[in-house]
Order: sequence, then C-alpha cells, then structure tokens
Amino acid sequence: MNQSRNRLVFLALILLGIGFVALVRSTVNEYILSIINFVGIYIILAVSLNITNGFTGLFSLGHPGFMAIGGYVTAILTFPVSRKSMFLELPQWLANLEMPFFPASIIGGVCAAMMALVVGLPVLRLRGHYLAVATLGFLIIVQVLITNWDSVTRGPLGLNGLPAITNLWYVYPWVVVTVYVAWKIKFSSYGRSMLSIREDDMAAQCLGVNLFRTRVAALVIGAFFAGIAGGLWAHLVTAITPTSFSLILAFYIVVMVVVGGAGSISGAFIAAIIFSVLTEIFRPLEENLDVYGIGEIFTAAILILILIYRPQGLFGSREPGFLLTRDTQ
Amino acid sequence: MASSNSVLLKVEGLEKRFGGIIALADYDVEIRPGELVGLIGPNGAGKTTVFNLLSGVLKPNQGRIVFNGQDITRLRPDQNAALGIARTFQNIRIFKELSVIDNVKVAFHIRMGHGFWKTLMHTSDYRYSENEMEQKSHEILELFDLEAIKDQPAKNLPYGIQRRVEIARAMATMPKLLLLDEPSAGLNTGETDELVKTLRKIHDTYGLTIFIVEHDMKLIMTICQRIQVIDRGRMLSTGTPEDVRHDQRVIEAYLGKSGHGKQYAQG
Repeated sequence: MNQSRNRLVFLALILLGIGFVALVRSTVNEYILSIINFVGIYIILAVSLNITNGFTGLFSLGHPGFMAIGGYVTAILTFPVSRKSMFLELPQWLANLEMPFFPASIIGGVCAAMMALVVGLPVLRLRGHYLAVATLGFLIIVQVLITNWDSVTRGPLGLNGLPAITNLWYVYPWVVVTVYVAWKIKFSSYGRSMLSIREDDMAAQCLGVNLFRTRVAALVIGAFFAGIAGGLWAHLVTAITPTSFSLILAFYIVVMVVVGGAGSISGAFIAAIIFSVLTEIFRPLEENLDVYGIGEIFTAAILILILIYRPQGLFGSREPGFLLTRDTQ
Repeated sequence: MASSNSVLLKVEGLEKRFGGIIALADYDVEIRPGELVGLIGPNGAGKTTVFNLLSGVLKPNQGRIVFNGQDITRLRPDQNAALGIARTFQNIRIFKELSVIDNVKVAFHIRMGHGFWKTLMHTSDYRYSENEMEQKSHEILELFDLEAIKDQPAKNLPYGIQRRVEIARAMATMPKLLLLDEPSAGLNTGETDELVKTLRKIHDTYGLTIFIVEHDMKLIMTICQRIQVIDRGRMLSTGTPEDVRHDQRVIEAYLGKSGHGKQYAQG
C-alpha cells in the first residue's frame, strides 16, 4: 500500500546523493574530496559487514582480508601492460592484460567472494569467539601470502603508481548498490532467515532454515562488497601494500557496525560517516601536537562507552521510521 | 485423518550415549496420524533427548527413525522440518529481537521463501510469496490470538505469550507432527488453562498429530490419548492415561516406594 511512497523516498535520496556528488566535485578541494571518497568506501565496508555480522551474527574480523584480495586483483588487472613487465613476473596472459577499472573491480569482488566460499566451508562450522579468532587467522594468512608472493604482488613493497581512477562517480553508485542489496535482504524472507540465525541458530534450524548454507551466503555477500571496496581503495590511494588492510582496519569496521547497531543499515551508514570523519579531524591534530594514535584511542573510548551505556548501538536493529513502509516497521 | 492402521512416526531401538553415559536405550514408539501422545518421566529420564533425536538436533548411536515411510535417522533438523516435523523447546527459544509476526514469518521461509537472487531482482514470484507469507502469518496470529501484539518485539512479552508465539511459529512450518517440549513449564495455572485450550484447538482444527513431553500430570492426563513413561533412559510403561496412572512401576519411579505416589500421580 505504501510501497510507492517508499520507492519515492528512496528515489529522492538517490537523486539527492547525485546532486551532492555533483556539487562537492565542483566546489571543494582535492583533499576534502578524497576524504569524502574514503567516507563512501567506509560506508560500503560497514554496510556490507553488517550483512555478515549484523544480520547473521557471524563475528567476522576477516573483512580487510577480502578487501586485500579485491584490491590486489583489481590493481593487477588495471596496471598498464608496459609497467607490469618491469615490476612483476606474471604468466603471459596476465602480463598482457590491461582492463578498464569497472570490470576489473567486479572481478576483484568476485575473487573475494570465491575466497569467502573456500574459507567459509571449514570456518563457518565454528561459532562465536572461535569464529572471530578463525577469521583473524584468515586475515593474517592473506597478509603473509601477499607479503611472500613476490612475483605477483612485489611482496612488502606493494604495488604503487596505480592509475588514480577512483572518484565519487565510482564510489557513490557502489554505495547505492551496497545499501540497496542490504536493504532488500533485510526486509525479505531471505533476510529474516539470516536474522533468525543470529537470534537462535538451533531454533532457526528446527524451523527449516539451512544454517550452513545461509551462513556461508552471508559471508560471501559481505566479502564481495569488501573486494569492491578494496579495488576502490587501491585506486584512490594509488598504492597497495600488504599492510594496507590490517587488523586495525577490521577493528574500525567492526566498531562502525557495533556503534551503529548490529543489524541496522542506517546505523552502519551513519557510524561509518562519523568515524571516518573523526579520524580525519584527528589527523592534523596528531601531526601538529606530535601525538599519534589519538584517533584510535578516541574511537576505542567511544566503543567502550557505547558498549556500557547503549550495547544495542545507536539504532539497535531498526531503521528510522520515515524509510519504512507501514508493514515493514 | 488417514486410516488408523497407517503409522506416521515409527521409532525402533533408539539409543543415545553421551561419553559413557547412556541417556536413552532401546526406545520405541509408534504414532498414528491424528494421535495426541504424551511422554512423561522424572527429571533426567531422557525425555528431551528423545525430542532432540526426533527433530535431528542429536544423532542416535543406534536405532532407526521412520517418518511418513521415510528413514530420517540421519537427517538434519532443517530437513526434518521440511518433511513436516516441528518442535518447541523446553526453555523457550523465540527470536527475541524480532517482532511477533516476523517470528512467524521466519517459519514460512522453508515453504515459500526465495533465495538471494530472486530477492534482489524483486521478481514477481518473490513479490507473490512475500504477500502470501504476510497473509498466512495473519491467519496464524489470528488463530493464536496474537494479532493485537504482532509488531511487538518478542522479548517484551510475558512468558506465557512467548510460549504461544513459539507454538504459533512451529505451526507456521505446516507440520504433520508437532513435538512440544514441556509447553507448560514456567506457566501459571491460568496460562496453563489457556495452553490446553490452544492445544485442543490446533488438534481439532488441523487433525494434527502431537507428541508432548510434560511434567504437569494433570495436563497430560487430560489431553493425551496415550502415554509413554520413561525413566533413566529406559521405557517404563505405556498405555492409556488410566493404565499409566495405576502402574505401580510409574508411581515408584516418581516417588520411590511410598503410598503418596498414587495421590501425586492422580494430580
């Protein structure tokens, strides 16, 4: 009944976003623009991790691992052929391949998703803290592999001088797609089966939810968007090293999900904006006062306060009312 | 109702060990379509183990479970649910953060839910099934008198109503066999009376086969047609409520060899 009104609200928000992108691109300087790009990438990361951690309750710390896979795959595919041969020892077909950014990033996302499938099959038999530790192990394995696979990744040196392709016209549509997918899942039967696993996996299974398949799907969907974000990141920074996607980053994304409210898309969205802007605000402060790490300490302090005073996060599992039709409330 | 000589559930020689402890041994049961059968026994007798084995939460060490002509001994709970076995839990396991109606809708997923791609593409059969689920959920909520509180998060409800939500949710899987694990645990007298009414209603409305584990003698004696008694993992007695009530072994199992047992069993 309110379906059409709902669609109008979303359409208006999307158009508003396009207007915003056009406006900032013509008014603000490069520095601010790059911050806004980062904010967008963080939104993709937080909203996609929310599908895994928030909806399905899989406490995964592996998101940066999937980003790294997506980032490296995309970077190698878009790297100019002329320079590839100087740095890397790739198989012939790969060495002669130079792809446009968009298909390359899709392939990056798909590779990350396939890796999630491979990792998920054994690891998702674990629960709770065990799963968190196992995904942490995965993150470290990815870093070690990248560091040691010299011929393809240039090891610890990383790949630099990547084409600076990422701009808001790439980031913004991916933000829209990520939010759309998360939203669509959350308010569907498929999403309800994910939420039921988070709430009580035994009861969910006794009601016919295929636990294993649904958990793997949640990890794979999250990983795809992490891979995309990795590609965007690499071509925004124009460099990628094994340490780009570290545990600290996993910590930041998890904080965004927890503070926003596990399961709330709007919450993850807003928390991603708050935290990525905060870090940027602290950066000049750190440099001027020569005290590095204030940003991290501040973030951790906010996390602790939220966990004590509002453990369900800013939004709980809910979305603000104006975005909902009557029957999804 | 199907012919009385057909058997819906047939269990033979079921055994479950946890390490060296035998939780259940040599357990048999036969349930015909439309029957309302009770399972009783003192604490730790293995009643919940029986249900965990029947629903697939645990796998037996020995024995065979045949449901509707199909061997389901090794199947997972979700496969059993698909075949038509639904259950509730002794210590309520509702989805606390979800609304009452979403609790029920989760159960419809198995019958009419769609996967990731159809959901994303918003296909016409996806839209159809979402509407269908909405309507069927309202029917179930209506039947269980939960319509008025459908949007409340389940965690906010009183215990007795949570029980009802759990039973409503199990019914939404459209089961052939409903396993109720101590449905009156933690309920006060008024709530228990409500529960009996609800159970009678679903048994009469759907001709549903119900297997019920209970502590409350009065409840089980009034609604069950047939009762099994187990003690320390072994079958003790089986028969009509009247038979079981007067079985000396049952009385002893509950209260030791004492005259008070008879009174207790008569509740």
